[in-house]
This record gives sequence, structure tokens and C-alpha cells, in this order.
Amino acid sequence: MAHEPTTKRSIGWMGLRRGHRANPFEWLAERVILLVSLTSILMVFLIFVFIGREAWPVAIGRVNTALVQQMRPVSDMNKMTPREFCDYLGLTTAQLASMDRETLKTLMELKIEATKESSQNKDASVNTAQWRYLLGPYQWEGYSRPEFIWQPVSEIHKYNIVPLIIGSLKITVVAMLFAVPLALGAAIYVSQLARPRIRELAKPVIELLAGIPSVVLGFFALIVMASVLQQISGAQSRLNALCAGIALGFAVIPVVFSIAEDALTSVPRSYVQAALALGASQWKAAWQVVLPAALPGVFAAVALGFGRAIGETMVVLMASGNASIVSWSLFDSARTITATIAAELGEVVFGGAHYRILFLIGVLLFIVTFLTNLSAELVLHRLKARMEGKR
Amino acid sequence: MTASPGAMHPAPPVPQPPGATGPSGRFRAARWDWVSTLGTGATGLATVLIIAILGVILGNIIVNGVQFVSWHFITTGTASDMFDVNKAGILPMIVGTSARVILMTIFVLPAGVLTAIYLTEYARTTSKFTRVIRGAVNNLAGVPSIVFGLFGAGFFVRFVGRGMDAALYPGKGVTVWGQPALLWASATLAVMTLPVVIVATEESLRAIPQGLREASLALGATKLETIRKIVLPQAVPGIMTGAILAISRAAGEVAPILFTGAAYFMADLPRSLHDQFMDLGYHVFILSTQSPNVDKTRPLLYATVFVLLALTFALNVVAVFIRANLRKKARQNH
Repeated sequence: MAHEPTTKRSIGWMGLRRGHRANPFEWLAERVILLVSLTSILMVFLIFVFIGREAWPVAIGRVNTALVQQMRPVSDMNKMTPREFCDYLGLTTAQLASMDRETLKTLMELKIEATKESSQNKDASVNTAQWRYLLGPYQWEGYSRPEFIWQPVSEIHKYNIVPLIIGSLKITVVAMLFAVPLALGAAIYVSQLARPRIRELAKPVIELLAGIPSVVLGFFALIVMASVLQQISGAQSRLNALCAGIALGFAVIPVVFSIAEDALTSVPRSYVQAALALGASQWKAAWQVVLPAALPGVFAAVALGFGRAIGETMVVLMASGNASIVSWSLFDSARTITATIAAELGEVVFGGAHYRILFLIGVLLFIVTFLTNLSAELVLHRLKARMEGKR
Repeated sequence: MTASPGAMHPAPPVPQPPGATGPSGRFRAARWDWVSTLGTGATGLATVLIIAILGVILGNIIVNGVQFVSWHFITTGTASDMFDVNKAGILPMIVGTSARVILMTIFVLPAGVLTAIYLTEYARTTSKFTRVIRGAVNNLAGVPSIVFGLFGAGFFVRFVGRGMDAALYPGKGVTVWGQPALLWASATLAVMTLPVVIVATEESLRAIPQGLREASLALGATKLETIRKIVLPQAVPGIMTGAILAISRAAGEVAPILFTGAAYFMADLPRSLHDQFMDLGYHVFILSTQSPNVDKTRPLLYATVFVLLALTFALNVVAVFIRANLRKKARQNH
């Protein structure tokens, strides 16, 4: 026993230290398991990098959408750097390298002529892909005051993302106002007040709502609900923020319910028993003892519901009417960030300004949901540690 | 009659008439406790309302849809006019959706199960590294589906696909892989459903009593042998649940495949991994938003929705009830 055979040496971490025989196959298999488990981290990283990569040129202002540029006479050719050629003529470096001087000269002459013939619109020289036009209001030709406008397929491409942000927020707020009270109420009832038989049945049934594909919810809102709601509310547009918001609420309910129910159930049973022993009714025990104890979990449930709502695509694409207008009225139709990406990305030029701006709002969406999820997760983690410590 | 509201000390335990018990039924309330009744009623109503919403949606689709579903409808292609109620069928969409879901399962199952094994069997629960993996899994679960679509277009189609074209057919400038395709749609969905498989598998692995592992190790089995021969066989129902949930989630998703493979119309069925495909969910979207005459195509629409729902929802029902059963068992073990 004093000296171990060489095959029995311990080789490192992952449980092998506990005196197991070192087997090259097992060593390899365990390395593979470790490597595969890194997939999720890698994917989150790749999502960020590859969406960011497409959006980057817009973010740093390297994209120019101006129809009319500062013209440069052909005699400037010798002074221009390759970089300036690329920007000026809209070429890639590879294309530039394949052209000789004569071709470039012809291109520059053509450019000047094309510019002379193009429109007399004073906005034609505006680079609409700059941050100040993406976020700030601007008085476009033919408008009486500065406005926020998303109009990517017009003569002047207008890419102001404020209407989309307002649309997303408006519909999300409606969805949350509709879904959160219902879902939390049901969570309290199912986890604290219902009899065990009802509880065992109601929980999976409510979670079934999550199994309805969002395109089916969108279909239901579009074909059935929109007409009913219009008759009740008398709204002018059949598809509006209210309709999309309520349909979106259907998608949010199972998320909020399921996490809130878990949080409420994880509160130790002894809390309730103590409250009941002191003479509280079951409702009071649930409302004044269990709910406050599980409050972080409820917060996380609402946060995750918000993340789901703001990121949902098909429901809002089908039920919101998709008009990009700046309006807080629930009865006006609205266009969200997600619906804009879904509706427009299929028809844009790969690598163009519109394409990159759609990726830019995708990054925005990703960051918002990332932060929401992160905060929810931190809160849940703490709650879990606390509940397990007290059990 | 029992205790006055202003009593300074607790009322003595006098026997109460049957009608004076509180809403709990087990504990006596001093007086008619309307707050409790109202609270219980309101939360109970919320529960009923949610179930009613589910019932209305399902009922509407079943009642309007089931009568138009026929053998002919399921087994014919879209023919010349995809909006023609009498001729159009949905075979290409069923084939396309099945193909992308099967491919996705092949990608996601090994990755998800191995990650879950690492997290439950190897990782130290308190280490920073484990928390980072868990954080990544949870974040992946919360990424909006349209962002997965952007990711699929930017990474799989533009980066991997074009890279493959450049490597396989150098200098020819052909586009075989660098365009939306069945393979890329499946890969995108696999990334999206990874957390579903991981969470379900982990749950089932944790439900296995620790004593089984210890007994196996005590008999001289190595860690990997224990996992392969003791732990995994027990976890099979949980892994199946995860796979079913992932399939039902993916089968209904439209946003991630919009730019990674779904086609508006195709004359033929997809023949290879780099073909585009028609999809049930996307077809529902097309029928309900692009139809020249909504009222006329309504039967077609309802029937398609019914088939989509039957596919995804039936799977989901199975998974949810298996899961409820597993949880019950897990509670009994502890």
C-alpha cells in the first residue's frame, strides 16, 4: 500500500482526485463534458459579437445614407486615400483593388452627373444614419415642426427609432397591466389557498398557456379578438395597441405565474403554520406573511415577464397594426422594435444602412432583455439562498 | 356574539356555531372576515379567468378548425394557389417543420444533456465558474426569439455559411451554404432551445437519490461509470420531457426562422440541408396577413392553425403532465 501502481495516479480535478483509477478514456470523456458545458457561455458571447458586428458601423457613424455628398472634382483623384475612395464611391476594398485609374475616373465623373440630376430636396444631403437623426426630432422637408419619423422606404430614408421604442413600451405596459394582476392572483391562489387536488390540476393547466405558439396567439388576436375589442371600445383602427397588448398578456401570464408560484411555494411551510397558529386566516397568512417573504421572487417574475413581453415578435407583428406613429393612445396602432425587425429585415440590402440599423435596434433589445434577466436572476439567487438558509 | 371587536384579550375558546367558522374552514375567525373572503375570491377568480382564456382560445380553434381538416388537406401540396380553400394542402409545411425540428433535436440533445451532467455531477455548486454557466443558460432562455433570428442570419448564414462556401468552392463565387437554409434554421433553433433541455435534464438528475450514486461509487465504479450506468438510465424520462418541451417550443416558433430558412412559397419539398423550406407557423402568419380575401381563406387558416396546435400542444400536454408526475415523485424521495 505504500506505493501506488502508476495507473492509479490521480489526475486533476472533476472528481478524479477522490482516488479513482486514471483511465485515459474517462479523462477524455470528462474533458468533453466540460467543453460542451461551455456551449451556453459561448453562444451568449457569439450572439453579442455577431449582432454587434453588423450594427457596429452605424454605431460609430461610418455609414452614410446622404443622397447628395460633398462633390469632389475629378482632379482630386491623386489626393484621395483608398479609404476616401471607398467611402465616396461606395466600394469595398476588394472592389477598389481590382479597378484601374481609368475606371475610377469614369466612376467619379458618373457620380457627379448623377448628383446633378438627383432631387432638389434639401434633406438629400442629410446623413440620416447619424445618432442625432436616429434619436432626436428633425424638421424634414414638408413638415411644419421637428418630428420623430421612422420611414426607411421613402425618398429620404428616415430612421428615427423613437416611435418604435414608444410602440414597444406602450404595448408592453398594456400587456403587463393585464397579465401581472391575473398571474399573481392565480399564483397566490394556487400555491397558498387552493386545496391540494385543485392545485395539482390548476398549475399544469395554466402552464399549458405557455405551450400555445405565439403565432397562434397572434392569429387569435387578429382574426377573433380584434373585432370583438373594436366593438367594445369603438376604436377607429381595428388593430391597435390595446388588442396587441392583451394578446401579448396571454403570452406573459404563464411566465409570471410559473415563477411567482415557485417563489411562493418555496417559502417554508412553517411560516404559514406559525401565522395560522396565531389565529390568522389562510388569506391573511398568504397575503401578510408568505407574499412579503417571497417578494423578491415576485419581482423577478414580473421582470422576466417584462423581458418576455418586450421581446415577443409574432403577436405584435400580427395584432398591433404596425403604424410607426408617436402616440401614447391605446387605440392607435403601434409598431414595436421586434415587429420592425421581423417585417423589414427580409427586404433590405445585405450590409446597407437599413440592414445595419435593424441590427442596431436588435442590439438595443438584446441589452434590455439581458439586463432584465440578469437582475431577475440575481434576485432569485439571493432569495433561494435565504429560503434555504432558514429552512 | 363570540368576541367583540374591541376585546382587550383573546376570547376564551367557546364552541362556535357551524356558520361562524372563517373561510379557511379549519381555524376560527373572530368575526365575519370580509377581507379574507374578498382576497380568496379575487385570486380564485383570477385563476378561473386564466383557465377560461385558455379554454376560449382552444375551443375557438378546435370548433372552427376540426371540420376542415381532412386527409386530403394533410397529404397534398399547395398546388398552384396556396390561398385556394378547395385545393391547397399543407404537406410541404408539415414536412418542413418536422425536418427542422428533428435536425434541431439532433443538435440540441447531446449539448443540453452533457451540460446538465456537468452542472449536476461535476460542478461545485458554489464556484464562480458554475454560476457563470448558469447565468449564461438563464440569459439564453430570456433572449427574445427575434434576436435569435438576427443571430442566425448574422452568424450561421453570413459567417459560417459564407465561410463554408469560401472553403469548399474556392474562387468559384457560388452561394450554396451562404443563404438561408434548413440547416441554419435548425441550428438557430437548437441554440434557442438549449436552456429548455438543460433545465429539464438537470431537474431529473437532481431528483435521483444521492444514495444510488454513493452505492455505485462504493462498489468501485468510477464516476463516469456511475453516470453512464446508474444516473442516466434513471434520468431518461426527464430527458425525454426536456426534448419534448424543446420540440413543442421550437415547432411553433416563427421569428427565429424568418431570415434563416423559411420560404414564402416553394414548388418542391426540401431535398438537402442547404434548401429552404415551407413552415407551418410561418404559413399561419402568411395566411392570416397576406391573404387576398381573409373571409374566404378562413377555413384554410383555421385548419392550418388546428394542425399546428395539435402538433405543438399535444406534445406540450404530454411533457407538462410527465413533469408534474416527476416532481411529485421527487418530493416523495426527499
